[in-house]
Amino acid sequence: MQQFANPTRFLKIANASLPYVWAVTALLFAIGLYGALLSAPADYQQGETVRIMFVHVPAAWMALFVYTVMALASALAIVFRHPLADVAAKAAAPIGAVFCFLALATGSLWGKPMWGAWWVWDARLTSMFVLMLLYVGYIAIWQAIEEPGRAALIARIVALVGFVNIPIVKFSVDWWNSLHQPASVFRMGGPTIDRSMLWPLLVMGLAYTFLFLALHLVSIRSEITQRKLRNLRIARSGDR
Amino acid sequence: MKPLIALLRRDLVLAARQGGGVGTALGFFLTVLVLLPIGVGPDQATLQRLAPGILWITLLLAVLLSADRIFQQDYEDGSLEIMAMAPTPLELVVFIKAIAHWLSTSLPLSLAAPFLGILLNLHDQIIWPLIAAMGMGSIGLSFIASIGASFTLNLRRGGLLISILVLPLYVPILVFGMSAATGNPELVMPSLLILSAIALASLVLAPIAAAAALRAYLK
Repeated sequence: MQQFANPTRFLKIANASLPYVWAVTALLFAIGLYGALLSAPADYQQGETVRIMFVHVPAAWMALFVYTVMALASALAIVFRHPLADVAAKAAAPIGAVFCFLALATGSLWGKPMWGAWWVWDARLTSMFVLMLLYVGYIAIWQAIEEPGRAALIARIVALVGFVNIPIVKFSVDWWNSLHQPASVFRMGGPTIDRSMLWPLLVMGLAYTFLFLALHLVSIRSEITQRKLRNLRIARSGDR
Repeated sequence: MKPLIALLRRDLVLAARQGGGVGTALGFFLTVLVLLPIGVGPDQATLQRLAPGILWITLLLAVLLSADRIFQQDYEDGSLEIMAMAPTPLELVVFIKAIAHWLSTSLPLSLAAPFLGILLNLHDQIIWPLIAAMGMGSIGLSFIASIGASFTLNLRRGGLLISILVLPLYVPILVFGMSAATGNPELVMPSLLILSAIALASLVLAPIAAAAALRAYLK
């Protein structure tokens, strides 16, 4: 059980800090949603649909941020061979995938009234879609390999290979789209964003970040518990 | 150097004599080309417009479907384990095996594919740029496929998983491969240069990633 020595300390810290993290998350969401839904003015062109932006843009930020966390954790796992880093990367993936899905879904809800189509193959949409596929591949590799130790070793490399590829995909897709159709309608928001819309957006961004922190802690905790259970079961079946 | 050359020769001989290599992949190509006009209609202009894209996507799929050949058999009969224990670095072994896959599958396919495009009424001017782009791109295709093959070494239903893992990585090659085939001569050279950059990067990075994954399986 020594390999859980450090995770135990982690669990102690996580359990102690979680209530505060949740409280901050709730507070930030309250302020952010007030700003987004009530205080910010409707856009003179987009009308009320502009409010979708306040849930959409932070979700897209988080989708990128969480993948970065995942890749960092995987890199740390390779360098320090710390089991907790693998758990952190594994736990982050489904959360990031959901943020990515949220960004795509709210984006298409906004796109229908604005562009007249649920989906267009705009450069940014395409690269987010590819990011979503990278998340799915990463989650799939964890599920496909039964033995967790080996899955962790492979998943680290999958995460890093994906991370190297994100900027290349982003660059090439941007180039691809500008080749076919010059950017015109498909621009988010407007050229500049007004103060009255900026502060709720930033608060929502912070709220999403804390939400991720809380969810991440919870799912790392449950992952550690699951592994402990698995080890106990294996130990017990060995006794018989 | 000697063991590497021996390994390359062995892999090429195996690929040539075993069957189910390039020939089957070409058959796959032809089958897709038959299905396409049935699917979208036999209109010549439509087919001409779709031809480069269809050829590229079929090439990606054909390379992907043959990717499990890179390591699978050597893993099953245990020779991969011996290669991993040999003094030659596993990265170099992976490099050679990916080269063998490129020479035996990707390269011949990418040289043949543009000519099959004639069936789709592919524009004459596009054939040569397409051959150049596919030939250059196929290096990246084979090496990236070797990463995917190492990820799914002994997995059942690895075929589906490898496509989820590898196809997103093929996006840049497809983008620049297609930009060489737009018919605009000014775009051909820059696209080829970027494709060769991707090829060079994958030559270096893919063996490192694939060897690391193989070691995890061989533990």
